[in-house]
Amino acid sequence: MAAQANDPAPSEPNHARRFGALWLIATAIALPVAIFVIGPIIPPGNASEQASGQVTDSTVLLAMATPVLMLVVCYLIYAVAFFRQPRGGALEGPQVRGDARLQTTWIVVTSLLVLSLAVYGSVRLIVGNGAGSGSGPTPLTVPKGPKLPVQVIAQQWQFTYRYPTYGGVETPHLYLPVDQTVELNVTSLDVIHSFWAIQLGVKADANPQVNNIAFVKPTKVASFEIRCAELCGIWHGGMHDTGHVVTAAAFAAWIGQQQRTFAPATKVLPPYSKTYQPEPTRRGG
Amino acid sequence: MSSTTEPAHNPIPIRRPLWRRLIGFNLLTALVLGVGGYYLGWLIGHQINGHSYKYQAKTGENDVALLLAYFFGVAGFLVGLGFANYPLSRLLGRPASLREKEDQGIGRYFGLCTDHKVVGMQYLVGIGLFLFIGGLNAMLIRTELLHSTPTFVGPDKYLALVGMHGTMMIGMTTSGILGPFANYFVPIMIGARRMAFPRIEALTFWLLMAAGFILTSTIFFGGFPTGWTGYEPLNNQAVMGMDSYIMFFALVGISMTLLGLNMMATIITMRAPGLTWSRLPIFVWSVFATGVLMVLAAPMLVATLLMSALDRTINTSFFIPGGGGSAYLFQNLFWFFGHPEVYILALPGFGIVLELLPVFARKPLWGYRLAISGMLGVSLMSFFVWQHHLFVSGINADLRPFYMLSTEIISIPTGFIFLCVMGTLWRSRMSFTVPMLFCLGWTFNFLIGGLSGVFLSDAPVDTTLHGSFYSMAHFHYTIMGGLIFTFFGAIYYWGPKMTGLSFNERLAKWHFWLMFIAFNSTFMPLFAVGLKGQPRRVSEYTPGLHGLNVWVSISAFVLGFSMLIFLWNVVQSLIFVRRPAERNPWRSKSIEWQVPTPVPVNNFEQIPVFDSDPYDYGVPAIGPGPVQPASAGA
Repeated sequence: MAAQANDPAPSEPNHARRFGALWLIATAIALPVAIFVIGPIIPPGNASEQASGQVTDSTVLLAMATPVLMLVVCYLIYAVAFFRQPRGGALEGPQVRGDARLQTTWIVVTSLLVLSLAVYGSVRLIVGNGAGSGSGPTPLTVPKGPKLPVQVIAQQWQFTYRYPTYGGVETPHLYLPVDQTVELNVTSLDVIHSFWAIQLGVKADANPQVNNIAFVKPTKVASFEIRCAELCGIWHGGMHDTGHVVTAAAFAAWIGQQQRTFAPATKVLPPYSKTYQPEPTRRGG
Repeated sequence: MSSTTEPAHNPIPIRRPLWRRLIGFNLLTALVLGVGGYYLGWLIGHQINGHSYKYQAKTGENDVALLLAYFFGVAGFLVGLGFANYPLSRLLGRPASLREKEDQGIGRYFGLCTDHKVVGMQYLVGIGLFLFIGGLNAMLIRTELLHSTPTFVGPDKYLALVGMHGTMMIGMTTSGILGPFANYFVPIMIGARRMAFPRIEALTFWLLMAAGFILTSTIFFGGFPTGWTGYEPLNNQAVMGMDSYIMFFALVGISMTLLGLNMMATIITMRAPGLTWSRLPIFVWSVFATGVLMVLAAPMLVATLLMSALDRTINTSFFIPGGGGSAYLFQNLFWFFGHPEVYILALPGFGIVLELLPVFARKPLWGYRLAISGMLGVSLMSFFVWQHHLFVSGINADLRPFYMLSTEIISIPTGFIFLCVMGTLWRSRMSFTVPMLFCLGWTFNFLIGGLSGVFLSDAPVDTTLHGSFYSMAHFHYTIMGGLIFTFFGAIYYWGPKMTGLSFNERLAKWHFWLMFIAFNSTFMPLFAVGLKGQPRRVSEYTPGLHGLNVWVSISAFVLGFSMLIFLWNVVQSLIFVRRPAERNPWRSKSIEWQVPTPVPVNNFEQIPVFDSDPYDYGVPAIGPGPVQPASAGA
């Protein structure tokens, strides 16, 4: 900050330089920790392309937030350590009311930081085809190549899944083939739910009479956790499930078995549709 | 509180017998009429709706009856307090009574009083009571979460607790600074003798109290399962306890609108000579910005809840997808109020911090105009960000880049506030008094709250964070770590002025340190809990998160204990020890510390004339900024 003319103590150290050094050192230590130690362990992990993308995005945001965090935290520490009132003293600080250059710099720097964040986030969202989040009935961008459509039907308090390309079979289990882009069509039969496949980095609200599409491409054969992420009544906490990503061959075997098991049920189900007329709401939820 | 030491303004004190004093417009009458109105409404509701299909089908539930009961109950309560007297006497052409202001006893704290200082004290105690109830709910919530499966209160009561905690806290903290501190100090700070609309000022307080009791009464009607957001169609499906939510938030919305309007009108029209906009204390600026937000946002809430109530009572279907309505509509309307609302919670905190820092840093406020533009910028921008609450909902998915941009832009004006804090501290002479500690605590907490918000604003990252404990930790950092810390800072700072008594400083420091450490120990791990996959508002979570949840619960209990230290400090200092406060213990140059304690009914004998802002620190040779009223030195 600008040098003060009415400085009462000419022997005072150069605070700006000392604080700047402290901030640089702290950032130099914290930034690699943030990127290389915290970054890789940020959930949701690397079980799908979308999850890996979110981890990258989180790491970028963390790398941009770390210098800001260090700036204010180091400043607080520095100020508390050096800008004190001596015990029992009644000293007054310098009468400085602002610094136009510093304020302008701050506005420019924070604006650039924020704009770059917004541009980065938008690019990642569009290039990532919604990055695993529910993108409405007509997503702006759609992944190239063949997609396996899976319908997620939420109701109080469970998820069921329909595979329209496999005779519209409806099952209480979610199996997905690895390395295959999946188009999740999420809808609800009663209140608002939210389908959250935690390790896959997928979250899409299930709205009654709305088809909310999210894309995901699992990259690892593994199980993943499914939870409802929107308050939907008393058993909201109990609305969870385990999904599985399996090899293409295992998926083919599993879906064939499901088709046989649920063949009687499939016959009486309403025909596959993007949304379903919800039951009349009733009390007791 | 210390009214006994006040000079007798009333030349003829009338002592009527006790039974005579109980009859009239007072709190007792209000309670009687409130209960009477409640049963009248209940009766009418059953006459209207007693035999309909809907009533029968719902096993004795009658939303019409309960909403009417609440409505008539509140009306009776307000009439009993005397709120109808003034408009009625004006309607009948009689001279208006100004009796409310002449009463000087302790009794004026328990009824309709138009003295802004009394209303401020009423707000402080009343809001404190309901914040305490909300805090107890939080303790019960954390007790339930000691186990990964619902064992303590069960899932239905758990949701009732969650809903009541969230709604109570949001509703009460909305007026947490404006109610007590702005009502008390804004007129003094701007050199006025009263608020612009003193009766409306009293009305906002009593509406809020009625609302608080209504929300508490939800436990008799089964609670409500929706949390504070009240999303449809779950709202429509819920039992009668939901009506308490609707009535509570509608009353809070009306109270907020009036409060904001009153603040704006007062600040615009009642500033003393010389107090230009560029000399206004920064706290008054923050109140002004908050008032603007309240007036623009809160009516939206009231309208939304009216639609909700119609859906629940007379089978309209604004929000019911099966009947042609849209659940998205509710989300849109709610968050159009809901997002400005969170800035209504944040802005007064900015004002308190920037108002207090110069006093304890012994420096002028650094970047006064930057701070004002920061606050006004936040106010303006807060109306353009609401759909970031709906990033995964599927609504307007193509607009997400816009809302990402607007949300991230709002961090620019928020950053101004941090620059002003840092600039004010630069080469200052800080003394670490209790209010100062709370301001420094705010700086750290709000920094974490703000930076964690940047992650939520990023749509790809928000996919995982949305609706998880991460977002819950984020907004607790901004509301509890932000607003509640400044709330306590303001109590410790202005408390000696409001009560004439001083707090026990040792206990106050214990309170701060315990609260600061326990707060961070409670909410910092919740970021991890959310990232690892615990959704909000669940009574059941994956066993892998049990350890973290136990840690958080224990920290939360310590946090609760720190509030008991505060309560003990209040009881001890104000009831038992009663050590008189110094006239200006902080050597503040702001005008509220120049008027006598207790503040006279009309604040100033002569309206002061201002010739500078109140931050004239740093030059000890020159005296206080504002020209003092003639009586100030007494």
